[in-house]
Amino acid sequence: MAKVTKEQRKNTIISVALKLFSKNGFYMTTIPDIAQKVGMSVGNFYNYFSSKDILAKELVMYISEYLGEQIQEINKKDISSQEKIEEIVSMYFDMADEKPEMIEYFLRVYLSNREVFKEGCKGMICVSSFVTELMIFFDDGVESGDLFDQDFFSAFGLFMGYLGGMVFLFGEKILPEPLSSYQESISKNIYNALKSR
Amino acid sequence: MPSNQDKKPTLVWFQGLTCNGNTHSFLNHPNLEQLLSKFEIFHHPSLRSTKSFNDITSCEIPCDIFIFEGTYDPLMKRNGILLEKIVNHYAKNAKHIIAAGSCASFGGMFKASAPERNSGLIFNEESSFGPLLKHKEKVINLSGCPIHPEWLGYTLGMIVAKREIEVDELHRPIELYSNLAHHGCTRNEYFEWKVDASDFGEKEGCLYYKQGCRAPMTHASCNKILWNEVNSKTRVGTPCFGCTEPDFPRQNLFSTKTNMSIPVDVPLGISKRSYLTLTGIAKTFKIDRLEGKLIDYKTTR
Repeated sequence: MAKVTKEQRKNTIISVALKLFSKNGFYMTTIPDIAQKVGMSVGNFYNYFSSKDILAKELVMYISEYLGEQIQEINKKDISSQEKIEEIVSMYFDMADEKPEMIEYFLRVYLSNREVFKEGCKGMICVSSFVTELMIFFDDGVESGDLFDQDFFSAFGLFMGYLGGMVFLFGEKILPEPLSSYQESISKNIYNALKSR
Repeated sequence: MPSNQDKKPTLVWFQGLTCNGNTHSFLNHPNLEQLLSKFEIFHHPSLRSTKSFNDITSCEIPCDIFIFEGTYDPLMKRNGILLEKIVNHYAKNAKHIIAAGSCASFGGMFKASAPERNSGLIFNEESSFGPLLKHKEKVINLSGCPIHPEWLGYTLGMIVAKREIEVDELHRPIELYSNLAHHGCTRNEYFEWKVDASDFGEKEGCLYYKQGCRAPMTHASCNKILWNEVNSKTRVGTPCFGCTEPDFPRQNLFSTKTNMSIPVDVPLGISKRSYLTLTGIAKTFKIDRLEGKLIDYKTTR
């Protein structure tokens, strides 16, 4: 049997920790919980992450980089901004469906426990990969004439606030239909709000 | 009796379509008298010259150094003679041809009246175009609106010293134009931490984000070789207009073009993705010392 590398072990910890944090919350999840679920000793866990706070910050960066890479792939495509919006919404909803812990963690841990992240994860530091790709998306959209030139945060809030809100409702089991059935109308609404006028 | 070796190089400074800005700028050279003493000036629009304007436009005498100021308009006449004839006569015989300022280099401001017809000596903006293409090896472009007097002084000094002047792909001396106007700007710390200037003429803040400063993408040594030996536009609180580049003049010189608050043009050679990543992180930190007036910094630490 192939030996598990340190990198693979680290990824397992990330995956397990994301699930536990997003289910039980930051304070209710302990390092022994995570270590037990991974199948390692608490002592060994500290060889990978020296504290729970550091693990929490790495998880945010992991999600941000994952989202950033997905959006970068879409940004690189030779398609209209409207099509890019559709692909971003689809990617985000698929992620909420298939890897709900990633978005749950973002909404329920990162955004809800600011005191954990104030040191070393201030502002854009831990989420820059994701935010940068959205900046590139907006910049390309205005440059190509597809999107209306407006304040970045007004557009960013409209786009991500909307998606985050829908995923939150989905997580709370308030939505009567599956997320995917809202994909088309939400993409249309976002495009209508951002399109060039 | 002076020998041939003591003979001073002869110089003709001739004007096309121009505002005289380069002529006036050159008069501010800190060592003008000493510099001019090395040449015999056949013709200059504002300095004592040894030939009459009729002598010059008759196109019978050659010169060693031909300086052309202004945009080249093939339909323009000086003293009843087409510019084309005058320019070609001096170019053919001169050892060195200097385009003084952005109009002579790339067409500049005065190209606007006939953008297809008018040009610089060997460029129309970035495209190879103009009356002296067949002499292009001799052409040195000293772009700038106006020309920096010391850049011309450097070039003339190198010619007198018989030193080779290396040029970039736009025929500008590398020694003068490999710098960006950003290099040496006293506002660089504000640029690093992304602190905007609140207004023009302030000592604090960077002019790149709102006021249209082009220094991070403009080849010029304005902040290395200071104007009048004391100052530069960015130091005094006015944005760099990018006047040494072929696309000058651009529109809306006093505002930064943005797409959804994101600068359209980012510093030269840096990908927009990298620049935006760095900017997002730098903006996270609020440096109190950089928020207040410089004069009060001891109380804003």
